[in-house]
Amino acid sequence: MSERKLRDLIAEVKRGCVSRRRFIQTMVGLGLTAPLASQMLTYSGVAQAQPKSTYKPTKRGGGGALKCLWWQGATLLNPHFAVGTKDQEGSRIFYEPLAGWDHEGNLVPMLAAEAPSLQNGGLSRDGLSVTWKLKKNVQWHDGKPFTADDVVFNWEYAADPATASVWIGSYKDVKAEKLDSHTVKVTFPKPTPYWADAFVGTRGMIIPKHLFEAYKGGKSRDAPANLKPVGTGPYKFTDFKPGDMVRGEINTAYHEPNRPYFDSIEMKGGGDAVSAARAVLQTGEFDYAWNIQVEDEILLRMEKGGKGRAEITPGGNIEHMQLNSTDPWTEVDGERASVKTKHPILSDTAVRRALGMLVDRASVQEHIYGRTGVATANFLNNPERFRSKNTKWEFNVDKAAQTLEAAGWKRGPDGIRVKDGKKLKFVFQTSINAPRQKTQAIVKQACQKAGIDLELKAVTSAVFFSSDVANPDTYPKFYCDLQMYTTTMTQPDPELFMDQFCSWQASTKENKWQGRNITRWKSDDYDKAYRAAEGELDPVKRAALFIRMNELAVEDQAVIPVVYRPRVAAISSKLQAPLSGWDNDFWNLRDWYRDA
Amino acid sequence: MGAETWRRFRRHKLALAGALILAVIALAVLFGPLLWRVPINEIDFPAKLQGTSWRHPLGTDDLGQDLLSRMLYGGRISLAVGLAAMLIAVVVGTAMGALAGISRGSVDAALMWITDLFLSLPQLPLLLLIIYLFRDSLKMLVGPEVGVFILIVIVIGGFRWMPVARLVRAQFLSLREKEFVEAARALGATTWRTVWRHILPNSLGPVIVAGTIDVAAAIIAESTLSFLGLGFPPDIPTWGRILFDAKDYLDVAPHWAVIPGAAIFLTVLSINYIGDGLRDALDPRKVM
Repeated sequence: MSERKLRDLIAEVKRGCVSRRRFIQTMVGLGLTAPLASQMLTYSGVAQAQPKSTYKPTKRGGGGALKCLWWQGATLLNPHFAVGTKDQEGSRIFYEPLAGWDHEGNLVPMLAAEAPSLQNGGLSRDGLSVTWKLKKNVQWHDGKPFTADDVVFNWEYAADPATASVWIGSYKDVKAEKLDSHTVKVTFPKPTPYWADAFVGTRGMIIPKHLFEAYKGGKSRDAPANLKPVGTGPYKFTDFKPGDMVRGEINTAYHEPNRPYFDSIEMKGGGDAVSAARAVLQTGEFDYAWNIQVEDEILLRMEKGGKGRAEITPGGNIEHMQLNSTDPWTEVDGERASVKTKHPILSDTAVRRALGMLVDRASVQEHIYGRTGVATANFLNNPERFRSKNTKWEFNVDKAAQTLEAAGWKRGPDGIRVKDGKKLKFVFQTSINAPRQKTQAIVKQACQKAGIDLELKAVTSAVFFSSDVANPDTYPKFYCDLQMYTTTMTQPDPELFMDQFCSWQASTKENKWQGRNITRWKSDDYDKAYRAAEGELDPVKRAALFIRMNELAVEDQAVIPVVYRPRVAAISSKLQAPLSGWDNDFWNLRDWYRDA
Repeated sequence: MGAETWRRFRRHKLALAGALILAVIALAVLFGPLLWRVPINEIDFPAKLQGTSWRHPLGTDDLGQDLLSRMLYGGRISLAVGLAAMLIAVVVGTAMGALAGISRGSVDAALMWITDLFLSLPQLPLLLLIIYLFRDSLKMLVGPEVGVFILIVIVIGGFRWMPVARLVRAQFLSLREKEFVEAARALGATTWRTVWRHILPNSLGPVIVAGTIDVAAAIIAESTLSFLGLGFPPDIPTWGRILFDAKDYLDVAPHWAVIPGAAIFLTVLSINYIGDGLRDALDPRKVM
């Protein structure tokens, strides 16, 4: 979709001919994230939808205990050191950011009084600053008032390299200043299209200045409050056993009326995904279990008991097949799959195109992943109910065979196609995981029919996903022809996500295979579009660029998207918990309640 | 001697039954694929997780693949791996044990040190190392399946000879002092002849039993390696792998797990009984 078409569409939204929701659906169908689409509207002057809260209880407390199960327990409770989601979620019980992301990508104010926009003067036209108005009358759990000083302190804290905050990337280049006791201005060194990064969502939880001031920099890890959080959230800290249990009790001075509903909260760690799902869906011992990666058939069987349901939340994770652009079987300068080489067979466009037609995504979805994996043609996310009709994929063995035939790949005596003495034979690796091995089998069968021989390889996950430089079987080394895994999208803006096709990100020996471009695919058009998007302030132009990038990568078959994988949580049938694929599970814990 | 052994073996009813079952299994995996020509990897979703039927006598797995043809194909590999690994373990173990038992002194001590050394090696890390070092070069040489077969057989066999060696050495130490050995020596038999004709046949009983247990262990070890991604490619249906794939569906499709489980169980049990019977039949001291 071109920039002009986008503008026309936005104009229609403005006139009211197209609903806001419909627009976001279309954008997501094109491979954009919901937050980005929502941002486009905000920038173009369409007021952000006021996300309606579905919270019903009319008084604070009285809900008893909320028991949650995290099969990997939180190990520390300072959001600035929270690498894994388990630690982020543990911190999120007690701390809040200025705003969070809801499931449609709307910015929901938490500690901010309102979401910044052009209309309310929060955003500047030049994209160089954003002004946050803070909510008044917010108190820390120890009774001290929450002010702009706390927000500015969080920037100083995170931007200091000695603190070693995991979110330093979001804070080091920006500047935060206090305008008055409840207004903070964030300035950027260059026009920044994605301004809702610092102080927002997962990376934006605010810690109190009066408790952490003495522990900024090198002493950051010694702060007693790292293990005994004092935040602004709906629950106050009571007890913490690292890796095992986080407990909280109701914050009676919470800054939202009638919230929270529960008298206490318990986040229990340990176990595995199947037993966690069972504890919620079958036995009903717990109210909520996070991230249950269980085959859908097993989930469906558990749900039959009626004690709970599996909640599917769209996010940006995608299971995809990668095609190696470089030659993994020849060593150049001491490294296989060097960027100086070209794959002897996969560099043939016809072969790549044929492979794309040999992945039976419909069967993979229907018979393996069920609700937990949706067939898709896009690399950027594609939630089921938003599925676009514009993008296509097809499964067609005959057409694949014709494509190969036309490109000069003729069947040999053993049924495997040959051209110029090169046999159409690939090694296809993935991690050990029952659904992945089944997908491998499905792809292999289709390839066999079309005259391609696949040798399947399965590597144990601990090795496959490790960054061990000495091991040849890790996914960043990609020492084989094809591989498959899920790449995760950790933040709502696609900029960081889409850098995995930039040529300068190629994973090589030089950068110890830390580069994000695993396929080592190279396209000048893509590089140019990415560079342009980095500095493009107009969200509409920027969106058009991201759509173009998605098309470039998918059309050239650098990767073959297989299924889009939403987040899955187990929720007891009476619990109401608004979830979002663009933020933590606990992003809106204040609105959680149980139906009577 | 053959007729005599056979007569004695026949007296052991369980061993006879075991031999029969093993023969049936062996014949089935050898000639079954020639008669039952359904491909092992024909995916047929509408037929997934079905029980016994005329089209699929042993039912299907979760991709609708025919279990009978997979079992027959996998049996070849599992049996071959088990027997070959057992053979290596028994041959190496007997040789080491016999050498140590007969030579005494420093050779005995050195060999037993080596045995202890092997026993104390952490097997899994070493396995990983060996497989990483040699997998690719072997694959180039003989292809992925044969390469992995050779590697697994050598690795499993090479790590299971130590108990055999100790058993044989213990037998040798006790037998060499027995009167009949002394008598043989007094008659002028060479050491080689005493070992070959007198001590070895008498010490074979425990070795055969240990060997039969090794077959079972090798079949299991092969599935362990497959589980770690170091065994055969994931689409090669060995018995251990079929069992592993089936475990999550035990409550909806029990046949899928029961069939390979029963096959492994029957094979191991039959081999054990055959070993039992063979020991009785070969033991010259036992009167039957």
